[in-house]
Amino acid sequence: MDERADLPITEKPKLSVRNLNFYYGGFQALKNISLDIPENKVTAFIGPSGCGKSTLLRTFNRMFELYPDQRAEGEIVLDGENILASKEDVSLIRAKVGMVFQKPTPFPMSIYDNIAFGVKLFESLSGVEMDERVEWALKKAALWGEVKDKLDQSGSGLSGGQQQRLCIARGIAIKPEVLLLDEPCSALDPISTGKIEELIHELKTEYTVVIVTHNMQQAARSSDYTAYMYLGDLIEFGPTSELFMKPKKQDTEDYITGRFG
Amino acid sequence: MSNKHLSTQFDAELSGVSTRVLEMGGLVESQVARAVHALSDFSGEIALEVLATEERVNAMEVDIDGALSSIIARRQPTARDLRLLIAISKTIANLERVGDEAARIARTVQRLNKNGAPSRLPVNDLAHEAALAVAQLRKALDAFARLDVEKAVEVLKSDDMIDQEFEGLIRKLITFMMEDPRTISSAIDLVFVGKAIERVGDHAKNLAEQVIYIVKGMDVRHNSLDEVETMVR
Repeated sequence: MDERADLPITEKPKLSVRNLNFYYGGFQALKNISLDIPENKVTAFIGPSGCGKSTLLRTFNRMFELYPDQRAEGEIVLDGENILASKEDVSLIRAKVGMVFQKPTPFPMSIYDNIAFGVKLFESLSGVEMDERVEWALKKAALWGEVKDKLDQSGSGLSGGQQQRLCIARGIAIKPEVLLLDEPCSALDPISTGKIEELIHELKTEYTVVIVTHNMQQAARSSDYTAYMYLGDLIEFGPTSELFMKPKKQDTEDYITGRFG
Repeated sequence: MSNKHLSTQFDAELSGVSTRVLEMGGLVESQVARAVHALSDFSGEIALEVLATEERVNAMEVDIDGALSSIIARRQPTARDLRLLIAISKTIANLERVGDEAARIARTVQRLNKNGAPSRLPVNDLAHEAALAVAQLRKALDAFARLDVEKAVEVLKSDDMIDQEFEGLIRKLITFMMEDPRTISSAIDLVFVGKAIERVGDHAKNLAEQVIYIVKGMDVRHNSLDEVETMVR
């Protein structure tokens, strides 16, 4: 079956995935995935452990290339260019497609430098411009008010939720077009989670956001579109409200209603 | 299809609330039947009994509503589970109104008795309309218990019969009133009883529509019968 026929998405795609297969050595982790990630929307990937959702996310900025045995076949088209076949420097792709990980990973440096570090790799800004960029990113990440008086202090002194927002600020400081969030709230308390979800909602006006989450309610709350994956297959992809109210596939329904297993 | 949740407690909560809906349904069904019986026999005693049942019905509605809120708050249900709970919420509101209609009939019986109603009014026609309405209600509850879409569609199809019965009754009562103006007051009471029974049929239809919503996820309200049949196919 042509997977596209199953896609109800009429939004303008930011990322178009076509016939994507992914292998960890001899193990096939993604099986012929095709889907469009709509621009300026939040798309969530859900599914049980090992379903391939994080793997799929990591192909979007070729993060998997850090490991020798991993390879992807197929197409991931970003702004008309297949990033899997691109000869472009991979760090330029990652500048366009930023990523925030499950555990907050602040660099062992000041809050200010955590933000400025990535920006310096791609742009040469004056001191004033850099100050403005840092403030802008921290404000976007809803962290400015909490850290503006201690920008020279270490990022690792912040709380878990603050660290994660710092990582999001770092991710958006280089002005990517797509922001990938891999389980961004799994180590956070409900208040910090609420703040991150609010932030995700704010960010989608300027960015295309893709989030991987084990928390189905988080997907239901914060995404516009949801993809349900199982054992490397894309089972169902559609508007979040439809997927959670009236999924088309029985497998999806069994998973989201907790009948799985 | 797997019908069991990972959480057996969740299963128990859902089946528990469904069982209580059926109990409430059974109660209002017999309430309507008893009310019509009271009318046929002009029995003030049975009418009182029907009115006493109303409090139980109301209490059941409040009780089930509380259980629904609790399940939604604690389980964050989705998809079919969520549709079931939303449908139950509407279903019990409909059942409670069926109970109100039964009570309305019982109060009419009390009034007719007080005023010494002429016994030659066509109460048997009302009994026939009521039998149809009670059967519709039973069938709708049955469809809910089995989540049977076909049966629910049958309920939608049969609603017309009650409406026709009601129209026939009105015509007959008008004849009585023209022939003997002394029957006007009682005949008007019977018009309201007929209307109450017709409303019971409408509530049965609403129940059946909720069954289709639970199973198919489609809101078939305000669609013609042909449209509904196409939708559920």
